[in-house]
Amino acid sequence: MEAAIEVRDLVVHRGRRAVLHGISCEVARGSVTGLLGPSGSGKTTLMRAVVGVQIVKSGVVQVLGRPAGSAPLRRRIGYLTQSPSIYADLTVRENARYFASLYGLGSAEADESVRDVGLADAADQMVHTLSGGQRSRASLACALVGRPEVLILDEPTVGQDPVLREDLWQRFHALAASGTTLLVSSHVMDEARRCDRLLLLRDGQLLADDTPDGIRRAAGTDDMDEAFLTLIRAREEARV
Amino acid sequence: MSVRILAATTLRILRQLRHDRRTIGLLAVVPILLLTLLYYMFDNRVFDRIALIMLGVFPFVIMFLVTSIAMLRERTTGTLERLLATPLGKLDLLFGYGIAFGAAAAVQASLATALAYWLLDLDTVGSTGLVILIAVMNAVLGVALGLFCSAFARTEFQAVQFMPVVAVPQILLCGLFVSRGQMAGWLQAVSDALPLSYAVEALGEVGAHPEPTGTMWRDLAIVAAAVVVALVLAAATLRRRTG
Repeated sequence: MEAAIEVRDLVVHRGRRAVLHGISCEVARGSVTGLLGPSGSGKTTLMRAVVGVQIVKSGVVQVLGRPAGSAPLRRRIGYLTQSPSIYADLTVRENARYFASLYGLGSAEADESVRDVGLADAADQMVHTLSGGQRSRASLACALVGRPEVLILDEPTVGQDPVLREDLWQRFHALAASGTTLLVSSHVMDEARRCDRLLLLRDGQLLADDTPDGIRRAAGTDDMDEAFLTLIRAREEARV
Repeated sequence: MSVRILAATTLRILRQLRHDRRTIGLLAVVPILLLTLLYYMFDNRVFDRIALIMLGVFPFVIMFLVTSIAMLRERTTGTLERLLATPLGKLDLLFGYGIAFGAAAAVQASLATALAYWLLDLDTVGSTGLVILIAVMNAVLGVALGLFCSAFARTEFQAVQFMPVVAVPQILLCGLFVSRGQMAGWLQAVSDALPLSYAVEALGEVGAHPEPTGTMWRDLAIVAAAVVVALVLAAATLRRRTG
């Protein structure tokens, strides 16, 4: 099957600094792919390139068979930025309804996505009165509301309590089961095991592109953090 | 552009405004207080001239400030980048601001004009409706320039500094302090290039003539053209892709 996201030799510079050094990878349709790596490794930049809001130096990024950022893709792709980008001076419901209306959807769909992220009780609360975790879930509701075929989620579970995190991951898998493609970033290695496939990023380079089991097997350890370390060391030794 | 998205965006901006009661209060009350101040400062004839001009200047300045901050917030909170990754068109957003704040300015101008005519005995030969029309046009000019200028500010501190840069020279040179005919040639040329000068001239026409004059319509057309130019420039500052 054709991949939902296809990245070839992607190079991105921010200012004079190279942030991504020629990344190539694919994300299969209807899967949850984890994008892992330490802060500053280029996760957000890669996601921005897939959404099509990042100026790229060279390389190709195709989403659903079209160049990233092209107009027809805008209604088929949902993007959750790392810091919640919603209107603080509106209620949760008003935010969701506004984003729903951009996709031609009504208040029923908006209210549903507010429920889906567990904010039904806070729906009429102003966003600026929410806790950090609630705020990022409100932002997530606005990314889900358009029923996009591809969801790019930048650290959607940061600051959520374990129960909610579990809920969110179940929801992600339910979406994938219904055909949605999800690219989810995290710097918590513990979340890696929940993904169908992992992309490990470090210093703008792809360290690994494999299933969680494959990565553990390659590194010879069960612990994700340790596996990551092993892969980094292996890469550095190979370079010497 | 899509009518549905434009309408949703306009409503969203008005909802944000509605949640901010204090701003609504300030928008309604400040022009009235300042007009009252002018009423007690000047005798009747001078008040008629200055109050009329102020009815046009207040909406311009206030909407310029409100819009440049609102748009700056869209940029700094990430909502702008997010919106530009959705089916929303750039003009949906820009016109949404123009219509929403234009409507707010219409209410504001109506209140201020009503007070000026009924309680402060403002006297114009021309009609009150035209005064409000010009005031709203000025507000939309303020919105358009605010949308454009917000692109050059990274912080609120910087954004408010654009007020003296963009609004004050226009107020100084619009003919309020020194009539435009008495200015040195080069000042007159600068004044000719500034849209507020035409808005103020149009108000002067309403003050002096019972019927709308050709000069007034021409002036309004010039202000409208300035709005279009500012909006086109503002659209050029909205980049879907950034570094």
